[in-house]
Amino acid sequence: MMPGMTAARPLRRLAARIAGQAIVLFARAITAVHADWRGVGPSPRQRVYFANHVSNADMPMIWSVLPHALRLQTRPVAAADYWLKTGLRAFAGAEVFRAVLIDRRPDARTEDPMMAINAALAAGDSLIIFPEGLRNQGPEPLQPFKAGLFNMAREFPEVELVPTWIANLNSVMPKGEVIPLPLMCSVIFGAPVALREGEERGAFLTRAAAALLALKPEERT
Amino acid sequence: MSPMVRDIALLVLAVSLVLLALTAFGERLRARRSQPDPAIEVFMTRVDSWWAMVVLFTLALVAGHWAVTLLFAVAAFAALREFYTYSARSKADHLSLAMAFYLILPAQFLLVAFDLQRLLGVFIPVYVFLLLPFVSVLRGSTDNFLARVSETQWGLMIAVYCLSHVPALMLLPLPGYAGRGMLLIAFLVMVVQTGDLVDFYMGRRTGRRRIVPGLSAKTWEGAGWGVLAAALLGMALWWITPFNPLESAAMAALASAAGQAGGLVLRAIKRDRGLRDWSHLIPGQGGFLDQLDSVIFAAPAFFHLTRLWWLAT
Repeated sequence: MMPGMTAARPLRRLAARIAGQAIVLFARAITAVHADWRGVGPSPRQRVYFANHVSNADMPMIWSVLPHALRLQTRPVAAADYWLKTGLRAFAGAEVFRAVLIDRRPDARTEDPMMAINAALAAGDSLIIFPEGLRNQGPEPLQPFKAGLFNMAREFPEVELVPTWIANLNSVMPKGEVIPLPLMCSVIFGAPVALREGEERGAFLTRAAAALLALKPEERT
Repeated sequence: MSPMVRDIALLVLAVSLVLLALTAFGERLRARRSQPDPAIEVFMTRVDSWWAMVVLFTLALVAGHWAVTLLFAVAAFAALREFYTYSARSKADHLSLAMAFYLILPAQFLLVAFDLQRLLGVFIPVYVFLLLPFVSVLRGSTDNFLARVSETQWGLMIAVYCLSHVPALMLLPLPGYAGRGMLLIAFLVMVVQTGDLVDFYMGRRTGRRRIVPGLSAKTWEGAGWGVLAAALLGMALWWITPFNPLESAAMAALASAAGQAGGLVLRAIKRDRGLRDWSHLIPGQGGFLDQLDSVIFAAPAFFHLTRLWWLAT
């Protein structure tokens, strides 16, 4: 979606703003979602928030806890095949969240997904990404990271990479359930992870994953 | 002005004066320090939250029965959410927990709103008690089953059943007290809160023997002062109750004792779950369960004793 196109449709933009506020209100009313700025403050620096991915509600959750000014400059990176499926999703993805849509299918896609991401970062936007790629439905708390995070760290060293743990969302709506349970969730922001001098891809991704996992609250047994 | 509105206005005036004194006291402490003192800031946030609660509570009292019931239903929702966030549960309990939030909680408060007293006392302890484990067992998972269903029931008892007895106080058909039930709620909340505050303050100064040494700094001395202060306040407020002054003091003392016991019990649960506060929803006070723990334990005892003693039904 080109910026000029949205500017020409004020009604649609108003609808997008109202829908955005409704999503924030709904997330707060159901889960009382709480931001824990543990390693960084909510400052307007350019950032990539990289988070664990257990549910489709992950991204709206992070988006909801960001202060309004930060939310305006933060765009989620999302899968085009999901967000373009229906008209409603296309509206939400493109205009409410202003998502950077990428094609997840390596065999069918025509352009490198990193192109769109790099363009957004070059334009000064902050991003929300899920480096595990697909939703995590296994027993492990975190799956191995895809290479995208490393590429961003290398291309944009001045952008802060902030590990972001979403806690408890999985029990709000486990896979296969239709009714969300009102349980309290929190989003924990850790200290930024930067690429070290001469650090290999694998080592960096492991270190970033460890920094994210370290934010996970302890589970009761 | 009807007598009840006059009485509410008097109470609000008295409470506002106390809060005003506390606010002024805090602001003076604040003005004396050159650096912000965290203890004072916490105190002031608490006073602000009390102001908010007094305003909300007063508005509800003025608006009528349904508003008071709604206010406590919302509080029960928040409290139940705090309890279930940390309770033993698994994916197999999803439906029974959803029923607890979306059906049982509203149903219990509707029983209050429509004055169905015979059902109100048995709905959760009998019918829900039998129904919910059955809903959970249908999913076939038996891991940790007894702990899961017990904690589900416990959450409903604490956050919904006990708390619904606060607005239920409006339903008691006490002789010569028709239409004044709301004042009994104000009475209960005020004596319980005062008992807690005096226990906290006096326990710090004169407390020697801890009640549960490993768990809390609460002492027998502090608790005694708290109950005594509640009794004195209860006696002073006898004119808003259906009791005579001595009865009023005794009921206040009992409510405060039950409330302080509740504080300890909920603290033990928090300790077991490794929590400091149930949530962060009420600034300076923690969560709804932190704020309501005493009232939760005091309300059913107060309700039933009032009914036993003064109605004998």
